[in-house]
Amino acid sequence: MATVLVLVEHEGGAPKKVTYQMLGKARELGDVAAVFVGEDGLEAATGELGRHGAATVYAATGEGWSEASTLPVVEALAAAAERAEPAAILVASTPSGKDVAARLGARKGWGVLADVVDLDGDLVATQSVFGGATTVRSRVRTGTPVLTVKPNAFGVPEPGDRSPEVVDLGLSREPGRADVRVIERVTSEQGGRPDVAEAEIIVSGGRGLQDPANFALVEALADTLGAAVGASRAAVDAGWYPHQHQVGQTGKTVSPQLYVAVGISGAIQHRAGMQTSKTIVAVNKDGDAPIFSISDFGVVGDLFKVVPRLTEEVAKRKG
Amino acid sequence: MKILVTVKRVPDTAAEKRLDPDDKTLDRESVETIMNPVDEYAVEEALRLKEAAGGEVVVLCMGPTSALPAVRKALSMGPDAAVHVHDDGLHGSDAFNTSRVLAAAIKTVEPDLVLLGSESTDARTSLVPSALAEFLGWPALTNAKKLEIDGTTVRVHRETETGYDVVEADGPAVVSVVKGINEPRYPSFKGIMAAKSRPVTDLTLSDLDIDPSEVGAAGATTEVVEFAPRPPKQAGQKVEDPGDGSAATQLAEFLASNKFI
Ligand SMILES: Cc1cc2nc3c(=O)[nH]c(=O)nc-3n(C[C@H](O)[C@H](O)[C@H](O)COP(=O)(O)OP(=O)(O)OC[C@H]3O[C@@H](n4cnc5c(N)ncnc54)[C@H](O)[C@@H]3O)c2cc1C
Ligand SMILES: Nc1ncnc2c1ncn2[C@@H]1O[C@H](COP(=O)(O)O)[C@@H](O)[C@H]1O
Repeated sequence: MATVLVLVEHEGGAPKKVTYQMLGKARELGDVAAVFVGEDGLEAATGELGRHGAATVYAATGEGWSEASTLPVVEALAAAAERAEPAAILVASTPSGKDVAARLGARKGWGVLADVVDLDGDLVATQSVFGGATTVRSRVRTGTPVLTVKPNAFGVPEPGDRSPEVVDLGLSREPGRADVRVIERVTSEQGGRPDVAEAEIIVSGGRGLQDPANFALVEALADTLGAAVGASRAAVDAGWYPHQHQVGQTGKTVSPQLYVAVGISGAIQHRAGMQTSKTIVAVNKDGDAPIFSISDFGVVGDLFKVVPRLTEEVAKRKG
Repeated sequence: MKILVTVKRVPDTAAEKRLDPDDKTLDRESVETIMNPVDEYAVEEALRLKEAAGGEVVVLCMGPTSALPAVRKALSMGPDAAVHVHDDGLHGSDAFNTSRVLAAAIKTVEPDLVLLGSESTDARTSLVPSALAEFLGWPALTNAKKLEIDGTTVRVHRETETGYDVVEADGPAVVSVVKGINEPRYPSFKGIMAAKSRPVTDLTLSDLDIDPSEVGAAGATTEVVEFAPRPPKQAGQKVEDPGDGSAATQLAEFLASNKFI
């Protein structure tokens, strides 16, 4: 059976959910080999990677092998691909994953497909383009297919109890002309909330909130639902919420299980970033707001009345 | 310092985008097109660097002759000159070949810094900045929400999912910027008039020594097998709140019945 390589996306050895999603998909397609690049954390990661389907873990670890810099990861992935001769390489569709995929593809002359949401046995990839208005099926024509996989496109299968073989790639490197130095990593206060790009539930606020302080209403609802907080561009441009949280054509494209739009009109540029969400609900005082045309459940009403009560109701039901 | 900024022509963000059924490429001719909005931030950043330290700003665009208005739009913000790569052989280029062609064009300009938008609003792949850097053999500092030049050191606050990384590299370097790094200026009337007389250098594939069979649809590393419009989402239930917020109960009921609570 062909091998599928999965680049492990992790933080200090703790694999992210998208890694397990990719391993699960890879298992449907062939033998699974994970590629771990990180200064430390290999041991902690190995067990988890095995439980989620990796038969082999190729590793480049120790000083200089930071998962935060693109070039070491590209070199390790290329070396692993040389050994495993995989049918495909899966990388998470995150900003750093895309940098790795782009550089690897350019270096090797391999075709890259970005933001894959499904993949069949013939390695034909499904992508959702134009803000979800069109579904495209594409394939790579040249070299080893490099596919960046959207977080949450695939589920995480029930973990097993396999313990993988760890293969040290035995690489060494000297920083060169194209290297980027990571000086500092700053984690911003998200109040422990999940990231918008990966969250299963998102509660987003728009100009209807009228004042930055009122984002507290959105945050409170998000916290009872275990959700991430999103924002419309109008809210971001007004300086009410940071840019990272913007959903839409010039923000993030999200596809959560549930999207809650609070005081958002639903302009086409906003819908382009969220209309593939599985379930959409909206609270807006204007019954003609375009957001209602794609909402599974809409409440026409004053958000200042509805949202606090909703937060209460949810908290009560969750007990 | 010589700064090159890439500018892509994309369909208007409010336009219905569609693929051409014949060659399965994005139909840019039947819709209003604009300069990629995120590239405005790259142009603004380049102009600010020039205003602070002197130098020259050159715009680079790859796209058919109908992309010229996007080039003029960029010039109207203030850059000194532009390079426009157009060639029938480029139709259907993927991210890989676009990057390769942009890299070849960049070598004719020899800039100290290349600025791009973090993504285009049509392709949205964000692959070009890093692929371009690879073809140039340069460092790529992507998704910058802050950019500083200190001698030959290029330092960036790189947006991550959870915050930002402070990263640096030695120039010349490729930097992609996110929306929000600055507030792009509106072109003034004077700027719009002046843009008309700024030099635009036209380049073809033969000027760049690139074989047409290696780029465009012929040389694409990826291909669209098929596509279909996704059926629009249907509106579901809509309830009117009587004014006291009590509709929240119905909404909570809906969320519970769909197992979100
Ligand atoms: C090039 C370009 C790119 C863009 N990219 C994006 C993007 O990425 N993301 C994005 O979101 N937008 C984007 N936009 C902007 C988009 O066109 C809209 O302007 C924006 O989405 C509007 O945000 P909003 O819904 O918060 O504000 P508004 O359109 O002002 O809507 C506010 C809503 O709140 C409701 N409301 C007010 N008070 C209350 C209340 N008390 N209770 C309940 N409801 C209330 C109103 O009825 C209204 O529907 C882009 C635009 C352009 C031109
Ligand atoms: N044909 C092109 N001409 C000029 N710049 C481009 C072109 N295609 C992509 N770019 C640049 O690459 C950035 C990222 O685009 P993309 O990788 O398509 O999401 C854009 O913001 C542009 O600055």
